[in-house]
Amino acid sequence: MKIHEFQAKEILRGHGLPLPAGQVAESVDQAVAAAEALGVWPVVVKAQVHVGGRGKAGGVKLARNLEELRRHAGSILGMNIKGITVKRVLVEQGIDIAGEIYVSIVVDRGCKCPMLMVSASGGVDIEEIAATAPERILKIQLRPELGLRDFQVRQAVYFLGLPREAQPQMTRVLRALERVILDHDAAMVEINPLVLTSRNEIICADAKITFDDNALVLHPEIAALRDENEEEPLEGEARRHNISYVKLDGRIGCLVNGAGLAMGTMDMVKHFGGEPANFLDVGGGANPDRIAEALRIVTADPSVNTILFNIFGGIVRCDRVAEGVLQARERAAVTQPIVMRLVGTNEERARELLAGTDLIMLPTMAEAAQRAVELSRRAD
Amino acid sequence: MSILLDANTRILVQGMTGNEGRFHAAQMIDYGTQVVGGVTPGRGGQTALDRPIFNTVREAVAETGAEASIIFVPATHAADAALESIEAGLRLVIIITEGIPTLQMMDVYWEARRRGTRLIGPNCPGIITPGEAKAGIMPAHIHKPGKVGLISRSGTLTYEFVNELTRGNYGQSTCIGIGGDPIIGTGFIEAFELFNADEKTEAVVMIGEIGGTDEEAAAAWVKAHMDKPVVGFIAGRTAPPGKRMGHAGAIISGGQGTAAEKIVALETAGIPVCERPDQVCELLRVAGLKPLGEGGVQPRVAK
Repeated sequence: MKIHEFQAKEILRGHGLPLPAGQVAESVDQAVAAAEALGVWPVVVKAQVHVGGRGKAGGVKLARNLEELRRHAGSILGMNIKGITVKRVLVEQGIDIAGEIYVSIVVDRGCKCPMLMVSASGGVDIEEIAATAPERILKIQLRPELGLRDFQVRQAVYFLGLPREAQPQMTRVLRALERVILDHDAAMVEINPLVLTSRNEIICADAKITFDDNALVLHPEIAALRDENEEEPLEGEARRHNISYVKLDGRIGCLVNGAGLAMGTMDMVKHFGGEPANFLDVGGGANPDRIAEALRIVTADPSVNTILFNIFGGIVRCDRVAEGVLQARERAAVTQPIVMRLVGTNEERARELLAGTDLIMLPTMAEAAQRAVELSRRAD
Repeated sequence: MSILLDANTRILVQGMTGNEGRFHAAQMIDYGTQVVGGVTPGRGGQTALDRPIFNTVREAVAETGAEASIIFVPATHAADAALESIEAGLRLVIIITEGIPTLQMMDVYWEARRRGTRLIGPNCPGIITPGEAKAGIMPAHIHKPGKVGLISRSGTLTYEFVNELTRGNYGQSTCIGIGGDPIIGTGFIEAFELFNADEKTEAVVMIGEIGGTDEEAAAAWVKAHMDKPVVGFIAGRTAPPGKRMGHAGAIISGGQGTAAEKIVALETAGIPVCERPDQVCELLRVAGLKPLGEGGVQPRVAK
């Protein structure tokens, strides 16, 4: 789960990390009040959205006086950045920048432990540095039974070539970031840039934290930070019903049991020249209600013109899927044609339930996908 | 021979008194698996499915001589259950549970390594050695004893391939679901090592998906060390970047982990990649593998 910069900074502040003073504002008047409370110029106005590249999109502006602040806050609030409307800005004191450092800790699947990454080339996209000049990034593995050790902190500090005065503070920063990962089950914490001022102070100018979705149940205070404005509405709805759904741009609505098979089904649709409208995994213990809900979510996407079920019943019983489809059609008319591939546990019972309906039943994944693509084309 | 699991493997079910645990333990017993007992704290002394239930794994091991465990414990307690089995000295621990917090799983991973425990999963369908034993949630009836080893990050997608291998009369030696989480106990490479050494396995099918770079590393390993033909499949060609596709580990992040990259890595290593599951038998045939005996066997999809 992603959170906003201002929320991430609240968490960092709780760990004693050095941050610029700032306040969140939801209107121009609030932004003015925030700047007046800061009492310093210039200030930075930063759009609070989860998507990357907000700076390039014009979502971060420097204001040297009240008039500029009004203008920038007015233009950024309500701005659309990659499909997300900006509802909040963070108004922060400007910082005097002598150097920009990159620091992050990621729970890394490759080394199976948290990995600390530092680079003296902060302020730019780390993936760009990784691609063009990987030698400018130092990676340090933090083995869970050892944690961050002093020698590793020294490695990082010397690699960055920091002045002696900044070293104790840098040590505290790295230790605090390790706590952020461990205390909140974060998947990633990234400070880019970590600014070195001309007085050799260190300040976290930006902050990004993402959390392990599996651990949110252990941290209700973190789960409460979710911003549903940032979510695709149907994805949020699916999540509340424990259905795994990702909206895509195509026309064929897919309902599948199992994540791997769901991806495989999307790929099969594409293989026959169609475009999947979504990824959807109904989950292992799917009952008729869940199936009906899933069908409702898929058909709520106006671009869906054909529906494709692919169920390989192991734990999921085919008769329950059939009942779910019938239930959904009783509650609301489903106008799109439905192609079903339904094999496995209780397959015959499912076929009996669906006998006499206009559902198109096909025995294999390939045949079902191919038919769905044909029907989708015909509907266009 | 087979890998990890056979008809003699004595196995415990952690969480056998819960809904999922009881249901699948019953099916495992039905298949002939040596389920020797269950572990549910607070239920010690009771029985379930005519097997004794114990409060602790240590106690269960002392009484039953179990060497393996399969875990159906809910996500917030599953890591602890795994650590308990590792501590009790079990050789093999299989975690079916989905949704275990990553940092907890990280601790389990390293502890299993320190103690030499073979850890499978989490978030996986388990292991089946057709005709001998199953420790998992896969529908047994689609399997057939045979010569192809299967390694997969997915559940139901694996069944699709198993079904094809059964229809094509290749059968399976052992199928391992390695799991869909970012941190898993046994990866592709360790599973390949086991199959490479197994005389019953004549070829291996690897089923990967988007996210991480394990398939790339495995492809390089196969090229350098594998003596048997390997056929691959990668799910998620149409998956968008930055979105978790169901499995916690199935996400393209930082431009890494795309299906296209993995397919190139496999093909570069000489591993033919199926575009569709129903091509797997054809690719195995091209790789020189002959089906079992003469004539086809009818598919056994429906029960």
